[in-house]
Parts: sequence; structure tokens; C-alpha cells
Amino acid sequence: MTHIVIVGAGECGARAAFALREKGFDGDVTLIGAEPHHPYERPPLSKDGLAGAEPPKYVAAPERYEEVGITVLTGAMAEAIDRGRKTVHLSGGRSIGYDRLLLATGARPRTFPGVSEGAARIRMLRTHADALAIRAALAPGRRLAVVGGGFIGLELAATARKLGAEVVVVEGLPRVLSRAVPEEIAAIVAERHRAAGVEIVCGARIAAIEDGGDAARVLFADGGSLAADLVVVGIGAVPNTDLAEAAGLTIDNGIAVDETLRTSDPDILAAGDCCSFPLSHCGGRRVRLEAWRNAQDQGTLAAANLMGGAERIASVPWFWSDQYELTLQIAGLADGAAATVRRAMDDGAFILFHLDGDGRLIAASGIGPGNAVARDIRLAEMLIAAGSRPDPAALASPETKLKKLLAA
Amino acid sequence: MSANWVEVCAADEIDEEDVIRFDHEGRTFAVYRSPEDEYFATDGLCTHEQIHLADGLVMDDIIECPKHNGRFNYKTGQAKGAPVCVNLKTYPVKVEAGSVFIAIS
Repeated sequence: MTHIVIVGAGECGARAAFALREKGFDGDVTLIGAEPHHPYERPPLSKDGLAGAEPPKYVAAPERYEEVGITVLTGAMAEAIDRGRKTVHLSGGRSIGYDRLLLATGARPRTFPGVSEGAARIRMLRTHADALAIRAALAPGRRLAVVGGGFIGLELAATARKLGAEVVVVEGLPRVLSRAVPEEIAAIVAERHRAAGVEIVCGARIAAIEDGGDAARVLFADGGSLAADLVVVGIGAVPNTDLAEAAGLTIDNGIAVDETLRTSDPDILAAGDCCSFPLSHCGGRRVRLEAWRNAQDQGTLAAANLMGGAERIASVPWFWSDQYELTLQIAGLADGAAATVRRAMDDGAFILFHLDGDGRLIAASGIGPGNAVARDIRLAEMLIAAGSRPDPAALASPETKLKKLLAA
Repeated sequence: MSANWVEVCAADEIDEEDVIRFDHEGRTFAVYRSPEDEYFATDGLCTHEQIHLADGLVMDDIIECPKHNGRFNYKTGQAKGAPVCVNLKTYPVKVEAGSVFIAIS
């Protein structure tokens, strides 16, 4: 009987496992995860989930796996792949043979140089255990320093404020959210944080972060310093490629896959945060995404292709972030945009449409209270997928329904 | 069975292939008008994370949650795949004298 083994029990691996069954795969499915839990959703960890719900919010109820015939190995580290024998070696000496293998090994937080792993007052946020440890250190009057003004750091800052902690965000670049978000939207987010009492320091040059036992300290290159009860470092993530690299698979900012998620070994696929892939909407440019929806979409696609299909990646990158009452949503990748069109909406919400030099819509970034921009961002995503060149005046006019542009 | 018919709005207040939110006595509903000009009603909140579906997008007979793109067939309430796995409850709808009514059990 055909055996499909999935290394990595996060959103992507779990989705792939269930999608195999939904698509009628009748062989064996084994899902291998290093964490003690069944697969759970990571997005809540920096948001309301930081409050430390126990158990974490599962991708699917643990009993569902048994019901559909998915073997889940938790607390199991995949240590090596023997491609010749088509075997995965696990910690503890166990080995599992595969016919086809999916690597959904995810990413891990980038560490700050010189910070030791055991520092109790200097943490990162990726796992449920991380969230519990951070939550335990936050309380009214406690001081949190967040290093890194990206999505994770800012979401954590908002959550920590809700819990009553004093919060300072330290960002090395001139503004927050500079990697993924247009300046106008980033400015609104920063202003909202300041209104909530968060101190934001941009352009900071950090020399070191130290755990002094009774307090942690962020030391700046100019000689200044900042003390906090807890420092959380959120300076991006690096793909988990060690296993693939040791097995001799091609690595290129992640495990390199083609448009069908195949690695340089046709019996091994990779999907989610760990892989880089050619994105057709961006002229085949190789990208790697760290995103919940991408993990789902690629997990589902991987399932089809593990079963012998050759389906190509078609989805448009999509991200969201919740901070206070604001939700930010982005479809597509805006770098390379030649023009931006602004569409004002009710309640201060707005969307920026990013067009390339040929007038093709390549991205849309929106922000507003609640889900004010969600519907139009979703329609923008479809316009991007369709390769459409909408009339900029129509995009700018709130009276023009985007659905009409899609039908045009 | 005693149907409790509640007036929602004028029939033309919902665009074709669209949805509105309707709150009644502490409960929230989503009321739809299909591309075929028929009306439907479901519970108002997504079964994944309690988000108002009326902020989402209606395409043919599908409502998509605005938050995480969970999809349901709003005519039957059927969940259409990850991240949603629990179906939506549906409610009978009628149009009388130009107004939409839903039967709240």
C-alpha cells in the first residue's frame, strides 16, 4: 500500500493530510510533528490566543485524525532522510519508510546574535509554549520590550497593552512594517499603537540584548539602554531547511520547489513556510511566504500532487493582521508597483491598489475597523489572479463595485 | 411547529448576489439574495471564529467568511472545507408584499 509521510505537523502538514483523505487517497498517511500537541493554529498566538487557552486552538479535533485514518506522531523529531531507501529517521531510533514524502517543516524565529537559548527574560514567539511563557510574564505594570516592528511584534504589543503591560517597540528600520506594508498604512498602525500608550522607537541600532536575571536590557549602539521585565524578539523567520539540505535537496531561500511543489527529488514535495517557489503572478519570480493561508493552499495542492497530480500554484499571496480594532489585509506582492490608486471607504477604511507599469493590478493593501476592507481585498485578489488591468478611476471610486470590474 | 416570522427589510435593500446582517433579540443572522433572485438566511456568525459573515463575499451560492475565507453554501448551510468544518444553520425565508421575512425557531 502506498505510504505518504508528512514531516511537519503545522497548518500546512495537517491540511495536506486531511486533503489526501478528502481527495480519496486510500493508502497510509503519517504526520510527524516535533511539538507535543496535535496541529494547532499559530495566528492566534500573538493575538487573543496569547491569553493561553489550553489546549491551543486545534486545526482539527485530535479524534478527527483517527476517524479519517491519519497516524499522528507528536513529539517526534525527523532527524534524517535516506532518499535511497526512502526512509525517514526519527529521534529515538525509529525509522519510517515512505513512497512519497512531504516536507512541511515551517520556519523558526530568527535569533538575535549573542542571545542564549535559555534566557528566561528574552523570548521569541512561534509556539504555544512560547505564548504561555510570554503570557505568564505579562501583567499590569510589567514592562515589555518588543524587538522588531513587524506583524508578530506589533500584534504582541497590542495584546500586551490589553493585558495592562507597559510596552516599547524597538525597530531598526526607519518605520514599522517596512517589509510588507505601504507607508500610509504603517503610519496608521503606528499612530494607533501610540494612542494606546505603546512607545515606538524606530531607526534603533541595537548592540546587544542581555538577560541580567532581575531584568532584561536592550543595549543600543549609541550607549543608551532600555530595561524591561521581558524582551520578545520578533525579527523575522528563517525556513527550516536543515533536513532537506542534509538529504541533498536543492535549497534557495528555503527548500526549492517547482510550480507543482516538487523538490529536486520527484518523490519529495515541500510546502508552506519552508519552501521557495516560482510565483506566476510575479513573472515566475522565486518567493517564499510565511503566511497562514499560503500554508493551507499549498498543503491542499501538495495533497493533489502527492497523489500523482501536476497542479500548479495559482493562489495569490494573502496576509492579514489584527491590532486593536483594526484589521489589515494584503493580497499580492506590492514590490515592483509603478502606480498606486487609493480608494476611500466608510469609517476611515481605505485600500491602496498597486499597479505595475502595464496597468496590471499586482497587489492591494487595505486597513480599517473590523472587516471593513475584507470583501474588496478578496475581490482584488481575484482581479490579480485574473491578470486584469482595471481602470484606475474605477478602482479609486467607492461607487464602483469591484465585482463589476471582475465581470468586465 | 410554530414558525415565528420576523420582517428583515425591504426586498430591494439586498443587492443581487449579496448579503446583509440582521440582528434580532440578541441573535445575529445573515440574509442573502442569490444571483437567481431568491432569498436565503443563515446564522450570522462563521462557525470557525465567530466572525460576521455579512462582511464577506457572496459568489453564486457560496458565502465566504471575510476573516479566513471559510466557505459555506448559504442555501444549504454546508461547510465547504478548511478552515470551516461545522455547517451553518439555515432558516426559512419568504418574501411578501415586497418585504423579506425569516422564520426564527
